[in-house]
This record gives sequence, structure tokens and C-alpha cells, in this order.
Amino acid sequence: MSPLRPDLHAIAGLVPQGATALDLGCGDGALLDYLRREKSVRGRGIELSEAGVLACVRRGLSVRQGSLQEGLADYPDGSFDCVILAQTLQYLDDPTWVLGEMLRVGRRAIVSFPNWGYWRCRLELLARGRIPAAPDLPQPWHDIPRWQALTAADFADFCRRQGMAVGQAIYLAGARRVGVWPNLRAKTAVFALQR
Amino acid sequence: MSHNIDLVSPCSFTFAQDEPFQLESGATLGPVTLAYETYGRLNADRSNAILILHALSGSAHAAGRHAPDDPHPGWWDDCIGPGKAFDTDRYYVICSNVLGSCYGSSGPASIDPAGGAPYGLSFPVVTVGDMVRAQTHLLDHLGIERLLCAAGGSMGGMQVLEWAAHHPHRLRAAIPLATTARHSPMLIAFSEVGRQAIYADPAWNNGEYYANGKRPDAGLAVARMVGHITYLSDASMQQKFGRRLQTREQYGYEFQTEFAVESYLKYNGNAFTRRFDANSYLYVTKAMDYFDLSQPTGSLAAAFVEAAAVKFLVVSFTSDWLYPSYHSKELVRALHAVGADVTYLDIESTWGHDAFLLEVDTMTRLLAGFLDRLSEEEQIAMP
Repeated sequence: MSPLRPDLHAIAGLVPQGATALDLGCGDGALLDYLRREKSVRGRGIELSEAGVLACVRRGLSVRQGSLQEGLADYPDGSFDCVILAQTLQYLDDPTWVLGEMLRVGRRAIVSFPNWGYWRCRLELLARGRIPAAPDLPQPWHDIPRWQALTAADFADFCRRQGMAVGQAIYLAGARRVGVWPNLRAKTAVFALQR
Repeated sequence: MSHNIDLVSPCSFTFAQDEPFQLESGATLGPVTLAYETYGRLNADRSNAILILHALSGSAHAAGRHAPDDPHPGWWDDCIGPGKAFDTDRYYVICSNVLGSCYGSSGPASIDPAGGAPYGLSFPVVTVGDMVRAQTHLLDHLGIERLLCAAGGSMGGMQVLEWAAHHPHRLRAAIPLATTARHSPMLIAFSEVGRQAIYADPAWNNGEYYANGKRPDAGLAVARMVGHITYLSDASMQQKFGRRLQTREQYGYEFQTEFAVESYLKYNGNAFTRRFDANSYLYVTKAMDYFDLSQPTGSLAAAFVEAAAVKFLVVSFTSDWLYPSYHSKELVRALHAVGADVTYLDIESTWGHDAFLLEVDTMTRLLAGFLDRLSEEEQIAMP
């Protein structure tokens, strides 16, 4: 079994033992599978791609195919302990709505995203005048779905404005955790939010 | 590796000989006969039974062959057999012909014991609910308290949902495919066109044609032709027929069968009259038209309150315009609202409604994965 991506590992650490969880854009179900195995989490997923859903079913997971808009609207208030959005925030059409929905459907929202505040990204734009690819995401801007570049500090501001309490924030450079100057030194941020 | 089932024999079960079977309409029927077939073996604790439910024109003959020289195997042979999606090395698979049909179960063509002649229109109108309650008697007879799952497409899917909504304690999982929890006005409209074609055939004679030499074949063939159109899609018809002429090089400028698509419909319409009863077509389409699980409350979620413990695999197909995906999405929403465990996939396909029988590879991966997990979670022993 391949090791879990570092941000997924950090997310898994924020999900309590035996909790219920909804993973938005769950892909092939690697995180849900890990959570079930290691933490007895009862998980569900929402995934757009047929290949992803088939892979999840193969792993014995329950997944609803569809967009996040369709999928989230299915669930009554407070259906889950945790709602997870891993490395998907930057692709969303309406992040404000999705984050609001996450905190309606779940008691807790856990979000991971690439931090464009990372020093190499800053340098790329400042010194070379080039839009930086997201840290930890290998593709250049023209090969991936439209993304919004945001920094960990942007997201913290956003949460404050939306009245979402940041329970915990984990900053990662690869698998290593970053303590000092996170917005400059972290490639990926993981936030746990509460209403 | 998967292989095919050997020879199978049709079975039959009769109940309600003393106490008549109560129907949803208030009418009664007795005795009631159900034709059925089984594949595979029941395990020691009788927990590995899967009930397969057929669509409008289907029969209990879901897999295998009745004779070595049978040209066609059962209607879902692609998915039922050793090593296939419904793996008969592991599961005990049952399929029964629905009440009102004409393949061995009680229907309008059956002999009314009171008069000694076929029922015709004196056969009571039945519902999907009645079909399923009749199946519960068959399961009692087979000694199966609780199914591992019920699975089926189209009207088979309606029966699956009826099982889940009204007999939730008798199944662990439900697999409704290309179906709906409430028949739409468009579906009722197509049913009615089919029925009108039968009524308009003078040979139909108000349903009393069994003793006559002539059956309402022309009407039934048109009904089937309309049906066939609704099972295909614009893309699949383009692909399958295009504007090809069946036998000619050039247009004949006359009213003969010219286009390949015309020829296909004519052939299938006629072939259908040799294997199906016109009155059964009326009864079974009527049963589908009455199907609406949101009644009496108006809320679909209310129908599934008792089914929260049932695990669902819901599948729709992108090109199915007869049972468009929104029907399944509405169902999935209702199931999520009651907290049921649901997996849903809208399979990309150009085959229209027929896709549930044709997308064998994707269906096999999906069904096998879902059933593997079910067997593991429910600790289902091998037979």
C-alpha cells in the first residue's frame, strides 16, 4: 500500500477515532480507506469522475457521484462529524458556498490547499515575472482546471470575515511541519474550521 | 475467470389456494402461481440469496439455457454465473416472473379456475406492490428470511425500491438500476400509446381473444416498436442504423420498409408477438404507471424511513432519456435524507435505457465491488 500524501496524513490526524466523515472530491478513496482502517471512521465520498467512483467501490466505500453542489445539497444539517476538502479548494467555482455548506452538513470542516505564499512562488513572480505553479502540484497553469491562487494568510483572513473559527492550522513543507513564518515557508496548509 | 451456467430448469410455486391473495386495489386473487428459477446454492445460514427482478417483458429465465440447443441464454446471463458479477459460486440467485406477466406466473392468459377459461380482463389489475408481496410468499416457501440483496433495472428497479421501502427488514442491500421511485407523466404517456395500439386492434376484442384463432399481434407489435424506440437513444440509433437502407441501394419512393431502423422495429415488434401476451402488456404497463413511492405522504424520503439500514447501489445512465438521471438523483437525495448508506453512479453511456444490460464491463466492476464489500461486512459464508 502506498503511503498517504502528507496533507491527507495531516487531515487524518484531525479526524477523531470512530467519527463520521464526508470527503468532497474523494478521488480513488485513499483517504476514506485509510480513515476506515486506522480510525474506524464511517466515511462517505462525493466524486465527479466515474473512474474515481469505480475505484472507491472496489475499495468497498460508499460514494455519490456528482458535483459538490449536487452532492452537498443531498445531506441534512449536521450529518457528519467532519467534512473534508483536500486539495480541491483552489478549483472550486464558489468556495464561499462550499465552505458554508461544509459547516452546515458537518460539525467540523477540514481543508487542505496549496499555499501560493510559499517563498519560491513569490520569487517566481517577483524575479522571473512568471505565474508560479502551485507548490506540490506539478502541472503548469495551462494543464489543469482553472484555479484560484491563494495563500494561507488569505484563507485565514477569509475565515475571519466569514465568522468561521479556525480550530487548528497545520503547515507543511512536504511531510515536514512548519512552525515559524508558515505563510512564507509552507507549501501546503491544512485548516480545521468550526462554526 | 467467469463461465456460463449449465442447463437450468424452470420451477413453479403456487400459493393462496385456500385464502385468496389480497391485492392493493381491494380485489383478491387465488390461487397465485409464480414461475421462478434459481442458480447457485444456498449457504448454511441461508444468508447468500440474491433476488433478481425483471423488467416489463422479462421472465424468470435470467441465466443459463433450458436446453443445450437453446439459441439464447437467460436475459441477464452476462452478469449471472460462476465468476460473473452475481457470482453463482458464492451467491444463491433467484429470479421470478412477475404477477400479471405471461411466462408461467398468474396473469390474464392463465386459466381462471372458476370458469375454466383464460381470465382475460377479468384478471384483477395488479401493482408493483402486489408483485413484490407475491415474491415474499415465494421467499417464505424457499425458507429465506432475509435477502442479501435485491437487484434489477427499469421495472425490476421499481420492484427493488418497493422491497426496500415496504419490506426493508427482509433485505440487506438494494440495487436499483435505470429506474425511478415514481413513474413520470412521460412514462405513463408512452405506456398509454402502447395500450392504445393494442385496444385499436380489432383482434384484441376487449381482451377476449384466447379462444379465437386471431390474436392482436398488430397492436402488440406497434406497442413494442414504441417501447424499443424509448429504450434506445439518438446516439445509439445513429450508431446502430444511421440512415442506412436495409436491402436497397436507392429510395423506392413507396411505403415499404426501407430504412434499417424501420426494419429493426418491424422485426422486433413481430418477434415480440410470438413471445408475449397483449393483455399482459396492458397489465404490466398499468402496474408501472401506478408506481409512486412518494404516496401517500407526498415525500419520497418518508417512504424510506424504515430502510435506513439498507445499503443502496443506485445506477443511472447518461443517455437514458426514458428514466433520466434526475429520477435516480431524486431517489439518492431521499435516501441520504433518511441516513441510508448509498453509492450512486451515473454511468457515461450512449446506449440509452438499454445500457443497464449492455454496459457489462462497468456494471460488472460496480456490482462485484459492491457485493464483495457487502459479503465482507455482513460476513456471508460460502455455500
